[in-house]
Amino acid sequence: MSGALLEVTALEAGYGEVQILWGISLAVQPGRLTTVVGANGAGKTTTLRAVVGSIAPWGGRVVFAGEDVTRLSTHAKAARGLVLVPEGRQLFGAMTVEENLEMGAFSKRAVRRYAERLDRVIALFPRLGERRRQKAGTLSGGEQQMLAIARGLMSDPQILIIDELSLGLAPVVVHQLFETLKALKEDGLTILLVEQNVHLAFAVSDHAYVIAEGRVFTEGPPRSLAARPEIRRAYLGL
Amino acid sequence: MTALLELDGLSKSFGGVRAVKGLSFAVEDGEILGLIGPNGAGKSTLFNLINGVFMPDSGRLRFRGLDITGTPPHRVAKHGLARTHQIVQPLEAMTVIENCMVGACFGRENLPRAQALDTAREAAVFVGLEDRLETTAAHLTIAGKKRLELARALAAQPILLLLDEVLAGLNPTEIAHMIGVIRRLRERGITILMIEHLMQAIMSLSDRIVVLNSGQKLAEGAPAAIANDPAVIEAYLGDPALARELQQGSGDERRAP
Repeated sequence: MSGALLEVTALEAGYGEVQILWGISLAVQPGRLTTVVGANGAGKTTTLRAVVGSIAPWGGRVVFAGEDVTRLSTHAKAARGLVLVPEGRQLFGAMTVEENLEMGAFSKRAVRRYAERLDRVIALFPRLGERRRQKAGTLSGGEQQMLAIARGLMSDPQILIIDELSLGLAPVVVHQLFETLKALKEDGLTILLVEQNVHLAFAVSDHAYVIAEGRVFTEGPPRSLAARPEIRRAYLGL
Repeated sequence: MTALLELDGLSKSFGGVRAVKGLSFAVEDGEILGLIGPNGAGKSTLFNLINGVFMPDSGRLRFRGLDITGTPPHRVAKHGLARTHQIVQPLEAMTVIENCMVGACFGRENLPRAQALDTAREAAVFVGLEDRLETTAAHLTIAGKKRLELARALAAQPILLLLDEVLAGLNPTEIAHMIGVIRRLRERGITILMIEHLMQAIMSLSDRIVVLNSGQKLAEGAPAAIANDPAVIEAYLGDPALARELQQGSGDERRAP
């Protein structure tokens, strides 16, 4: 055992006949921020989907908190604290901010201490408190991303998995979101993040995986990775 | 070498989105030119402009010295320009050989039936579908359909072939096979302009690379020069300024009392 909270071994997955992942292995240590970077089409989102179970893995294993959860449904994983904040937010646009947060606290695990957790996420994102009764669809992009993260936190995660945090957001909002992630990490939350901006990912994470063409290309602490020519090779092939 | 295809200031917008902005470059006779760029860079739009699916808002296209701007796809094909599509759509109810015959009948020449059959068979064999000639297209695997897509374009006897992600969705063995097919196409004297996301493959296949970003040409040159171009690296890896800001921000906090 490596002491990892989440351990993915030789994960294979795809869509229809098309295989996207060709044996992805990664380990997420508790209390750390781990990032996955890679070019468009490398398999980042597919990896997250196969880990949380929104697509069924073709092969390999997903072990969470010592338990093999490979074949469990997404909601069964969420009930154990393995929670995804999906790309593009996937909020309930016609529902209010507070109703969206309620939806996050759907599982038995999360219903307990609902009020306490609501106070906590609103302290974390005061903007959401101000906009409690506003429909989620009317929020700005940055606020929607905050709400998506807050909704994820409402489910009382042990690990929060975030797909594309910075995509399409203004730099000042990105800055704010990363400060929040740092605060969450200091509170002991484990985070697995997919991020398209490599520099940003390396600046904030404790450990990074670079994937290309459905495989792990290289991995390590970002400080050691940033200077390596493999990074460029993973993106540009040479 | 001489320019086979010349793009001169091509632009195309969809509503408010400027998908291609003032793009100019040339495809030289006999080369493999790779077209790369992040998602949404305008690569597939450019293919649709070249083969006449879209009419450019401005700019000119010249093929073998002839102005083909705004020429519809079926007439572009007559000039010797064929393409494959990223999402393959064979005529599902027809066999492999029949699909290829469609290419041969409506390609550079309007071949009569007997000759079209020969050309179609040759194209299918060339891509490695010799065992599947009488198979209905619907019954092919993804790899088989990808080969058929290429064979159909090939049966049109193109001078210039546009390949849109022919390697996507293939397994490593199939990719190696397809790379071999593309190399042999070039040996036969067919000029190739290809879009591909598999970077190792396109970097090793291409004589030259054009990089698109937000509808504009970001760089053009030999693969090794492209892979070392700071502007290209930034387009792929993201803006480093954001990270610097973030690190300086946290640095300031540490200094604060």
